[in-house]
This record gives sequence, structure tokens and C-alpha cells, in this order.
Amino acid sequence: MTVRTAELVMAIATMLISIAIMWKSTELSIGWVPQKGPGSGAWPFWLSTGMLLASAATLVRWFLRATPESRSEETYISRTAFYVVGVSVGAILFLLIATNFIGIYFALLLFLFFYLRFVGRHSWTTTLSVTIGVPVFIFCMFEWALTIPLPKAISEPLFYPIYDLIY
Amino acid sequence: MEILQHLSDGFLIALQPLNLGVVILGVVVGLFIGAMPGLGSVNGVAILLPMTFLVPPTAAIMFLAAIYYGAMYGGAISSIMLGIPGASTAVATTFDGRPLAIKGQADKALTAAALASFFGGTLSIMLFTGFAPALATIALDFGDPEIFALMLLAFATFIGLSGDDIPKTIFSICIGLVFSAVGLDIMSGEPRLIFFDIIGFMHGINFLVLAIGIYGIGEMLWTIEITRGESSMSKAVITVERILVNLKELLKTWKTGVMSSVLGFFVGILPAAGATPGSLMAYGVAKMTSRNPEDFGKGEIAGVVAPEAANNAASTGSMLPMLTLGIPGSPTTAILLGGMVIWGLVPGPRLFIDETEFVWGLIASLYAANFFAVVINILFIPLFLWMLKMPFTVLAPIIFVLSLVGGYAPTQDMHDVWLMLMFGVGGYLMRKLDYPLAPAVLAIVLGPIAEPALRQSLLIANGDASVFVTRPIAGPITIVALVLLVLPLLKLIRDRVWKRKLL
Repeated sequence: MTVRTAELVMAIATMLISIAIMWKSTELSIGWVPQKGPGSGAWPFWLSTGMLLASAATLVRWFLRATPESRSEETYISRTAFYVVGVSVGAILFLLIATNFIGIYFALLLFLFFYLRFVGRHSWTTTLSVTIGVPVFIFCMFEWALTIPLPKAISEPLFYPIYDLIY
Repeated sequence: MEILQHLSDGFLIALQPLNLGVVILGVVVGLFIGAMPGLGSVNGVAILLPMTFLVPPTAAIMFLAAIYYGAMYGGAISSIMLGIPGASTAVATTFDGRPLAIKGQADKALTAAALASFFGGTLSIMLFTGFAPALATIALDFGDPEIFALMLLAFATFIGLSGDDIPKTIFSICIGLVFSAVGLDIMSGEPRLIFFDIIGFMHGINFLVLAIGIYGIGEMLWTIEITRGESSMSKAVITVERILVNLKELLKTWKTGVMSSVLGFFVGILPAAGATPGSLMAYGVAKMTSRNPEDFGKGEIAGVVAPEAANNAASTGSMLPMLTLGIPGSPTTAILLGGMVIWGLVPGPRLFIDETEFVWGLIASLYAANFFAVVINILFIPLFLWMLKMPFTVLAPIIFVLSLVGGYAPTQDMHDVWLMLMFGVGGYLMRKLDYPLAPAVLAIVLGPIAEPALRQSLLIANGDASVFVTRPIAGPITIVALVLLVLPLLKLIRDRVWKRKLL
């Protein structure tokens, strides 16, 4: 896909999103409510109208080839870029889904190991020290110091001895 | 001198062991963040903010402000040594810093950058100390119409002065404001914009979710894409003797330093501008007023001094409207402002009366941060150079993890983490099409302040929008905002007329 096509697709997408928010805003009053001033829906309604107009302007400028993006015939996301960015996003996606099942700490171990060893191709020393160091730091920082429990799903029982130790 | 009294009280607070400790830590972290290409102060502040809940609010803000300062110093390190700006604020430093490093005078450029940063930082904090209380006193009389007029001005400067594509800037502002409207309406208590009836939207979209999504995930994806391939690092020899020799030469550029600092400070105050345009403008002015402008770009020391003094001065400048008016002068201060709101410190003129200790403690900590930044910067240059060799594939996963966990912490809701990933990917795709994203972050922070101000004003005036033009203070502000809004249009017309004449 060229940058020019991407610009068109983005403009259309943002227009659709704007219309959806405008429609959603009308669930509440968008007019003047006596004694209360503008209704709750007015602010988002007029702002999403602003989004719609701005997107429409981008669309017009696309037809006029006014922006540098609407003239560029370069590829929007090159194959190599798609690979590195796609792998990163995929890994984060996996991290979030896995958190729901095996808990964040085990998901982190898999995520970091994969990223360092297979994406970064780092040595075993680097891989292992980051893979173990980061979850330990996160645990000490968030669970211990800030007392914010992170989601652990089925791995919860494994942490009971540590809870006894620190709380 | 009332101000000096306040300032010395502030120093007593800033020099407390905990506060001093977080300032030093913040400066070190900031130097590192600034030096790493692809990471700037805004990324650091957004990603690390959730962790600052560990310490009291005053220390937390001091820590974040110290990161901000440290990053301004650090940016120069990679600009000079790698020729890649460590942060966008240090772009202008590459122009002359890199040629100096290639000539084997990297140490000269590094010392010049550090000392110019210190000079710019300190001079601008003095300006800040003088201006802030006065401005806060004026702002005390501000009512809802004035507050809304100021918000309008903040957004208008983005549209009129930032130089980004205008429809895209407007889109970014509006979507940020819409995001801030999600959740329970503050005035009526009605649930609003609960998309697909997902419960997670009931507590609204935390500004951190958007800020971390954009700066912790979106920008990192962008950086991963562009920082592939090797870069070569110059060598730097640093000895006390050489520093002293360099210092002598540096003293000759004091005029450039003063000019750039003052310029940077005032550019920094403008909401859209911040440190990046500030440093570029200072470079331009230094070149224009120099006796030998042809040396610029070939390794002129004044070409390093100007942008570095200016970017530090601008970062102080951007804190002035944040603390006195509640309007951030840069994306980083927007996040600081959001953080202050979380801690119950409402930025604005009341801060100088209700939270005197906090305000003056923070101001004093800025002096301290500058001092430590210059010392640590010069002493530990070899260490920072060693860290610059860290491949981004080690740093990136750590940043992703900190971002995701940090986004989860404030609300403890996985819904926010998913939202953050969506904002990150969306932000990356939009960034590639040159949509400016900073206005959206500013907007989501300002939205909860701007909306009630607008509605209250209209209610008082019975729906008559002229209230923003007829009030003595709101009027001029609104008019300036409107002028800024039509400025691009006037430029467009002028260009058309010019073209016709040429044809």
C-alpha cells in the first residue's frame, strides 16, 4: 500500500469514527437544557463534528494532492518494517492474552525471552538477565512497594509463600 | 524581598534527603533517557509516572521535573557522538556538534553542551522565579470565561504556530477532547460515550492510557522501524586540563548563551512550541547574529551553545504557564499537569497560595536539578557513552513491559491496557501519516478543565457566547486565539496572491 492510499484510507476511517461518535453523543441532550446550560452530549457532539470536518478537509486535500502524504507513492509500511513492528505488536498481543490465562509474570517471562532471544538475537547472558530481572523488578516495584496486585490468573497460588514473606 | 524568602523556604524543602535523592535519581534517569535515540523527556515522564506513586506528591513532581531537565542535557550526548539526536529537542545540536566530534573535538562539544544547558537552565529559572508569582497574582481573578479563553488560546497556538498540517492538528485536538469526555459527565452525572456498553469506559479514559499508549508504545514501534542499522560512535578524550582549555573558548560565547536562553524561555511559554522549535530558532538567531555565519554547520562552538541553552530554557519556560495558569507549555508538562491533578494539586494560580511549600520546593528543586545535571553529565560522560551502545532490542521490550504495567496500575483494569495497545498501534499508523499526536495528549489533559469552564460560562451568560469577548481579560485572550486560528488562512491567501504575481 502506498502512502497516498494510506492517507485516503485513514481519512475515510477517521470520518467514520467521527460520525459514530456524533451518533453516540446524541444519546444525551445535545441542545440547551433550561437552567442547566448545554446538555451533556453537546460537548462531544460538536467536537466530533469538528473531527468530521477536519477529516473531510484531509480528504479534500487528498483529491487536490495538497499534502506531501497525498503525493507520496512510497510504500506505507515496507516489508521489513511490517516484520519488526508486526512481531512487536504480535508479541504484546500475546503478552496480554497470556496474562488472562497464566498470569502476568509467566506471560512476561515468555514475552521477554522471545523478544530478546528471537527478535533481538542476543546472547544467553543478556537474554536471561533481562528475562528474569525485569519481572523481579516489576514485582518489587508494583506488588511490594506500591501494593498494587497485578493479574496472576491461575499462577496465583504460587505467590502465596511470597505474600507471607512480604506482607 | 518576598520572593527570596519564599525561595529560601523552597530550598529547605528541596534539600530534604528524600527530595534531594529523587532529584538526583531523576537527573540520572533523564540523562539516560535523553541520550538514548528515540526516547525523549515525554516518553520517560509518561512511562515512569505510575511508579512515582511510591513517594509523596512533592517528591514525585520533583522527580519528573528532574527527568525533564536531565533529558534536555542528555539529548546532546547522542547528537554529538552518534550524529543522531537523542531527542527531538536536540536536533539542532547535531548541526555543529557532529562536525566537532568528527574533527576529534567531541569533548569540546560535550562540555559546551553541558555548560550551555546549565547556563540556559539556570538563567531561565531565574526568569521563572521572577515572573511566576506575578503572573499567578494576575491569574487569581480568572473566572470560568477566562479559563476557557486560555484553553482556546492553547489550542489555537497549536493550529496557528506549530507548522503541522492544520486539518490533522484539529483532528488530533478534537479526538483528545472527545476521549476526555468519556465516562460520567462531571456536571450532570450521566454516563456518556460508553462505547458498546463496555463497563471499562464508565471510569473514563485516563490521560495516562493515551499518553503511555502514544509515547510508550506507538513511538517505540516507530523507533524500532527507523533505528535499524549500525551507527558509528566518535571517540571522546576527556581530561580536566582539556575541560579548562575548552572553558576559556566557551566563555567567549556568553552572548549567544544569554540570547538563546531568553529566546528559549519565551518560546517555551507558548503552548505549541516547547523546546524543539525553541532550540532551532536559537540556532538560527545565533547564526544570523554571528560575525562568521559561514562557520556554522562546520563545527562552530556557538552552534552547540545556542540550541542547548535554548532547549533547557524552553523546558523551564513551558512550566511557567503550567504552574501559574494550568496550561502546559509542552507535551511533557501536559503529562506533569495530569499527574498533579491525580495527586490533588490543581495547577493554576491558587497553587501559589494554597500550596506555597510545594510550588517553591519545586522551583528550588529545579535549581538543584540543573546543578546535579551538569555535574553528573560531565563526570559520567564515559558511562553514558557505554550505555549508548545498548541495542534497542533490549530497551524496547523493557519499555513495552513498563508501559503496560504502568498503564494497568492506576485503575487496575485490563480494559485500560487493551485500550493502550489500541492507542499505541493507532498512534503509530497516524504518526506515519504525519498526524501530530502531542495535541491529543494536551487535549485529554485539558478536556476535564475546559468543558466545565465552557458550560459554566455559557450558563452564567444564558447561552450568550459573547461572554468570551466582552469580559476585560477573557476578551483579549479570545481575540488573540481567534487571530491565531485565522493566521494559517491569511498565510494561504498571501501565498496565493504571491503566486499569481509571479506568474
